Amino acid sequence: MDKQTIHSKGFEMALLALDQSKAESIIRKAVGEGSPMDVASKLVSDTLHRIGEAWEDGKLALSQVYMSGVICEAIIDKLLPPASPLRMDQPKMAIGVFEDYHLLGKRIIYSTLRASGFELMDLGGGLKTDHLVRIVQDEKIKILLLSVLMLPSALRVKEVKEKLADAQVKIVVGGAPFRLDNQLWLEVGADACGKDSADALEIVTKLMGEKV
Amino acid sequence: MKANEMTSMQRVLTTLSHKEPDRVPLFLLPTMHGAKELGLSIKDYFSKAENVVEGQLRLRKKYRNDCIYTFFYAPLEIEAFGGEVIYSDDGPPNSGIPFINAIEDIKNLQPPKIKETKALYKVLQATQKLKEAVGDEAPIIGVVMSPFSLPVMQLGFDKYLELMHFHSDLFNHLMQINEEFCVDWANAQLQAGATAICYFDPVSSTTIIPRNKYLETGFQIAKRTISRIAGPTATHFASGKCLSIVDDVSQTGTAVVGTSSLEDIGAMKQACRGKLTILGNLNGIEMRRWSSADVNLIVKETIQKAAPGGGFILSDNHGEIPFQVPDEALMAISEAVHTFGKYPISDF
Repeated sequence: MDKQTIHSKGFEMALLALDQSKAESIIRKAVGEGSPMDVASKLVSDTLHRIGEAWEDGKLALSQVYMSGVICEAIIDKLLPPASPLRMDQPKMAIGVFEDYHLLGKRIIYSTLRASGFELMDLGGGLKTDHLVRIVQDEKIKILLLSVLMLPSALRVKEVKEKLADAQVKIVVGGAPFRLDNQLWLEVGADACGKDSADALEIVTKLMGEKV
Repeated sequence: MKANEMTSMQRVLTTLSHKEPDRVPLFLLPTMHGAKELGLSIKDYFSKAENVVEGQLRLRKKYRNDCIYTFFYAPLEIEAFGGEVIYSDDGPPNSGIPFINAIEDIKNLQPPKIKETKALYKVLQATQKLKEAVGDEAPIIGVVMSPFSLPVMQLGFDKYLELMHFHSDLFNHLMQINEEFCVDWANAQLQAGATAICYFDPVSSTTIIPRNKYLETGFQIAKRTISRIAGPTATHFASGKCLSIVDDVSQTGTAVVGTSSLEDIGAMKQACRGKLTILGNLNGIEMRRWSSADVNLIVKETIQKAAPGGGFILSDNHGEIPFQVPDEALMAISEAVHTFGKYPISDF
């Protein structure tokens, strides 16, 4: 077993036990052996990816995914503050909750991506179509992650997509209606759909690789 | 009614005792569709008890449903606590920004007084009038949000998970307030004429918290709360999974378990046989685009796996049919259960 794997297993156990100090000591040890960005984008990202997949497989619960993300985000923020030049150069990305105030899904993805070294704007909740479209255009956002809870909101992503047809923005959707209906993201014209934090990491990494 | 045909109440009571009634009971749970029937906006529809009474009676007749459902909308209790409800033209009323800003505010939280709270009183009025209309012919299903799940809307899910894990004193204090309120609210609905209470508890599902946390929290709270509700209860996880905690759920005193479409209904039947009646598990989101052929296939398969021996009520997986599900799909489901749900269940 290589060092990275050993760190990753121990790190996962510390996260699931909500042992922040143990998790932080593993990360600090790993940083001594590589750069902070490497630790975020490999060790932390791989661990959170595994935790996200375990939720999808029914082996872990959402509370464990959430708490793991929050702990990781706090640790990585100390090593890689938001404006750090060590953070990766990436297209502009934002995340928000479309049309309601149930923020947990967005918070999980936000924490997971930031702890993995990505930077993204948090647009909050209760976003309506026209307001959201204006933000994307003004901020020149290239990747827009949208979380929804209700079916009507999911269906109205189509309007957002249509109004942003000229903005060259990739829209990635997630949330309960998309988890329950595999075809819904295609129906509303989204560019991708993530069912969990592991999916979000894979999709964003792929889009970043393509430089959008 | 044919000579050997049971009433809805007889049919439901028979299946709850894990015996086979004349056919599989149907609990189609459209709430907002009553507004369509009456030609009202969703907001106007829920503004008066009389509208919901008329809506529920029409929907029951139309879909030959085996229950009356007095659920108005999920943030009803939040409205009672003084929180915001946001209405939509094409979806269920939703909770607004959580009304508990800082967790320390929990110390000063007061439970609403039921008879002095307009939103709750409206539901009690509707329940009473519906009881007058249906008598003992069909069960009237009242609804409470569990003390353990209500904080998602009181505080926001992220703050609530942090409260649950790191602030046990405030968590316990909030549970005490919510438990008292939940018991009073459930019993007021039973007194008004509800036959049973659906105890919505999505946070207890294994989708949201691991079993060990459930046993420490949601399980204990459900046992305490359900034991003080003076009537039968059904526990609903609102699309959340629960297969691995079925034995625990059966010890909370509940009779029915609302089952997710993400769950294998055959495995659920094995786990629940003789202990819990399964309520479920048609996918309400996909239902929007089901053809009659899709409905027949899905209803037949669900019935074949879950109906033999009784202990099964056909329903959706969430406890609320989306407004976008067309009448044709709902009529087709009703037709399918009346055709394929007759006992003894055949192999088709």
